[in-house]
Amino acid sequence: MRPRRGRFSLPRLWGILGAKDANKVIQGEEYMRHSLLAGAALLATALLPAGAQAQEPIRIGFISAFSGQFADTSAQMDNGIKLYMKQHGDTVAGRKIEIIRKDTGGPNPDVAKRLAQELVVRDKADILAGFTLTPEALGAAGVSAEAKKFMVVMNAATSVITERSPYIVRVSLTLPQISETAGTWLATKGGAKKAYTMVSDFGPGLDAEGAFQRAFKAAGGEIIGSVRMPVANPDFSAFIQRAKDLNPESIFVFVPGGAQPAAIGKAFAERQIDPKKVKIMSTGEAVDEQAVKAMGDLALGRLSTWHYDYNHKSKMNEDFVKAFNAEFKRNPDFFAVGGYDGMRLIYEALKKTGGKADGDALIAAAKGMKWESPRGPISIDPATRDIVQTVYIRRVEKVGGAIVNVEFDKVENVKDPTHK
Amino acid sequence: MTQVTSSMTPQAYLKSLSRWRAAEIVFWLATLLPFFLFPSYLSLASQIALAALFALSLDIILGYAGVVSLGHAAFFGVGAYAAGIFSKMVWGEPLTGLLFGATLAGLLGYASSFIIARFRHLTLIMITLGLGLLAHEVANRAHWLTGGSDGLQGIEIWPVFGLFKFDLYGTTAYGYSLALLFIFFLASRRLLNSPFGLALRGIRENWVRMPAIGAERQAHIRKAYTIAAFMAGVAGAALAQTTESVSLESIGFQRSADVLVMLVLGGAGRLYGGLVGATIFMVARDQFSGIAPQYWYFWIGVLLVTVVMVLPNGILGGLSKLTARWRKP
Amino acid sequence: MLPPVFGVLFDGIAYGMLLFVLSVGLSVTLGLMNFVNLAHCAFAMLGGYVTVTLVNELQWPFLATLPVSFLAAAAASVVLERLFYRRLYRASDLDQVLLTIGFAFISVAAAAYVFGTIQQPIQTPPFLRGSTGFLGLGLSNYRMFLVGIALVVTLLLVAGLEYTRFGAQVRAAVDNQRMARGLGIDVDRTFAVTFALGSGLAGLGGSLAIDIVGLDPSFAFTYLVYVLIIVSVGGLGSIVGSFAAACLIGISDVAGKYYAPELGAFLIYLVMVAVLMWKPAGLFGRR
Repeated sequence: MRPRRGRFSLPRLWGILGAKDANKVIQGEEYMRHSLLAGAALLATALLPAGAQAQEPIRIGFISAFSGQFADTSAQMDNGIKLYMKQHGDTVAGRKIEIIRKDTGGPNPDVAKRLAQELVVRDKADILAGFTLTPEALGAAGVSAEAKKFMVVMNAATSVITERSPYIVRVSLTLPQISETAGTWLATKGGAKKAYTMVSDFGPGLDAEGAFQRAFKAAGGEIIGSVRMPVANPDFSAFIQRAKDLNPESIFVFVPGGAQPAAIGKAFAERQIDPKKVKIMSTGEAVDEQAVKAMGDLALGRLSTWHYDYNHKSKMNEDFVKAFNAEFKRNPDFFAVGGYDGMRLIYEALKKTGGKADGDALIAAAKGMKWESPRGPISIDPATRDIVQTVYIRRVEKVGGAIVNVEFDKVENVKDPTHK
Repeated sequence: MTQVTSSMTPQAYLKSLSRWRAAEIVFWLATLLPFFLFPSYLSLASQIALAALFALSLDIILGYAGVVSLGHAAFFGVGAYAAGIFSKMVWGEPLTGLLFGATLAGLLGYASSFIIARFRHLTLIMITLGLGLLAHEVANRAHWLTGGSDGLQGIEIWPVFGLFKFDLYGTTAYGYSLALLFIFFLASRRLLNSPFGLALRGIRENWVRMPAIGAERQAHIRKAYTIAAFMAGVAGAALAQTTESVSLESIGFQRSADVLVMLVLGGAGRLYGGLVGATIFMVARDQFSGIAPQYWYFWIGVLLVTVVMVLPNGILGGLSKLTARWRKP
Repeated sequence: MLPPVFGVLFDGIAYGMLLFVLSVGLSVTLGLMNFVNLAHCAFAMLGGYVTVTLVNELQWPFLATLPVSFLAAAAASVVLERLFYRRLYRASDLDQVLLTIGFAFISVAAAAYVFGTIQQPIQTPPFLRGSTGFLGLGLSNYRMFLVGIALVVTLLLVAGLEYTRFGAQVRAAVDNQRMARGLGIDVDRTFAVTFALGSGLAGLGGSLAIDIVGLDPSFAFTYLVYVLIIVSVGGLGSIVGSFAAACLIGISDVAGKYYAPELGAFLIYLVMVAVLMWKPAGLFGRR
């Protein structure tokens, strides 16, 4: 199935547009030819007896939303993976690592499940990885359980995912981990007694709302009101006016990354809620790099709990950010660090098993693994196979002219609070 | 398409339409090839068959009755959710679940057909779009029932007839989907090559004149719309069962838009248009996204533009025009 | 002193005005030329990227980029119109849909390739940031600016189509192409200019939208539904209708969120379906 090259040839079009490197695309076409050959080769190996496959590469099926609304999350995760492989080589324990990228187009569990099946059945993938979105991970989890494939969740943050297959391990975060910390911290050290919550009306938003309210109340705080906002919601002023009518001492916000963080930030300013007077607490998405850039001074004073920021102060992170910038001309974010740490986990687990890539060996190797990540010390809980990490409390401040998130407090070794 | 000549009686015309042609038999035999030639592509083949069934259901209202819908995924999604929830709450037997999902979708189609049958053109498109978006929002808000944006969890489907388990290779899934596609194709073929089908085409061609010659326009449209909703429900329910998952995407705007693109790509109003369009669109998407996961949209776009410029009225429409020109120089 | 709800209403109107600027171009092309251009928001996206590039890379002032984004979108649309769209003026709606969706797909991939999938930040000039007090309400400066632009666009368009020679030619060409040709009107050129005008307005809308709704490659599809809602509720080809529809949708969206947030995303769809059932041709539609 080679797309026809008519008047609309890709290289030529971008040549016209003056894109920096039209050759890249031509290489893309080369790559296409290659992948066709590779496909034929795969077919050939599939027909050979199993013994002949001893020197096969280890194939990692990378399932994520490369296109559509969530494309940037996958692009950053992919960057993290590429950087790790560039720094550590593409051979582990004598076996070559090969990444097969598959696009789900968005939160489609049916597509994710089919891709996982195809990766296992057709491409003979040994490991499933990626998953920026919860439905993708849940769709593939069944395949991981049935085919006994090691599966590394590099972002999707709903608690229940790891319980769906005994071969799943998560290296990113869980939303309750972050939001409970926010609730507890705000009611105790943050000194707020009353809070109003504003979350997006979909799965992650409801998770965040529940976890925050539970922890805030448990620490002696009172929830004076809450609102759930539509997921596709470009305009926040009405919701913020509702919050303002109650004159809350603090507000907890959860919105998905993308265009909304900046929009809600600007709406706070337009309705004259000053983050320096009202404590506005959120998860990290709401004050990510792009949002803070778009908000400018309006973001000063915003609080958040999160597990990673490119401004985290450590030698390892400084090197990571520098290498990342050299490679991709932008700063890493939590998707990137998820991909980076996920690859690290895969590499280390393979070293432990001596290149054996079956699900049982790899999951045994991954349980209890501890390492230093650009975000700080992290480990895999041997009981739940979920991430244990430091959650940082940050405030948006001006540091030498730049407006950034500054970590000023932290809670160490936070586990997901909802696993039984 | 068979040419109508003035000497033909209506009966003879309908009969000539329902005669099986060699190309059709070859087509259906070819659908069995994936079992032998591409055994590792059966999951994809199964999803293509269901997309084709979904496109066929849209063809009944769009291609034959002229009702353009941008909210057809509402019925697909209702079928999918109903079948999924049925398997959790009642039992995992697939055929009863399928019937339940499709019936619910059909009932919803019947209810909404009273609104649909009154409008045309952009108004109709926007009302179907609005109803579809409302259905999506209901599914999102009914988190306790549908699982919201995380998707419906815990679907377990028993083997078909107690014999064929839905396996990792997708063999059962493709067999199941293909059987459904074929059954409903036969039913649609018979339905559309009947006087009822002819009346629908009449409504499409001349909205005003049909009532004047005694055809009950609204009743016909309502009937067609209900049937199409039922079939969309079948496709949705079968997707839920074969993948054991349902998400908001199955009821979303994008699925409505995709199925419309597939049908128009293949050629609306020719029964096979949806089948051909779904196959080409899904295979192209699979191949392009394998090659360039981030940029495959580009190639799909090029494909659509090329088809419109070279073969207007969809692939089948364009081809039949070309062959007609070739036969009569 | 006015109660705060008036401030919210103002925000609703301003949000509606943003939708108006984004959609009025489509109302012109769809309503006057009967061409279903689902790539409309791709032109808006192009305008947005032009602004972002000029502001962030070349340090242009934000306001100076607005005419450029209008011209860029208009120019791009003329090229496409001459090469592709023109051949499909008499084709079926469905073919037009397929062609323009194809272009929207291409634009999404091209934007992702050239600019990356990242959200594009933009800093508007200081006088457009923050808010100004008015009878105890804080009115956002940027939103006041938006309302102003929307009013100017409405006046220019209404005046242009109703009272100029060109407007008369457009209306003649739409009503009866053969007759218009017979009278010596260059119908091809008239359509090309009308199309460029519609797309240029989309480009302008794209630039203005960044500050409120952000910009990334999925823009070409994200706002398509909103734009279609405005156009159909307002009535095809009616500038005033689009204006009224934008106000109605903006206000009901914001009021709904304020008084009954449980209704959330339902409200604008309900309003649209209700209006269309009451007036199938839209508020100001003629057909």
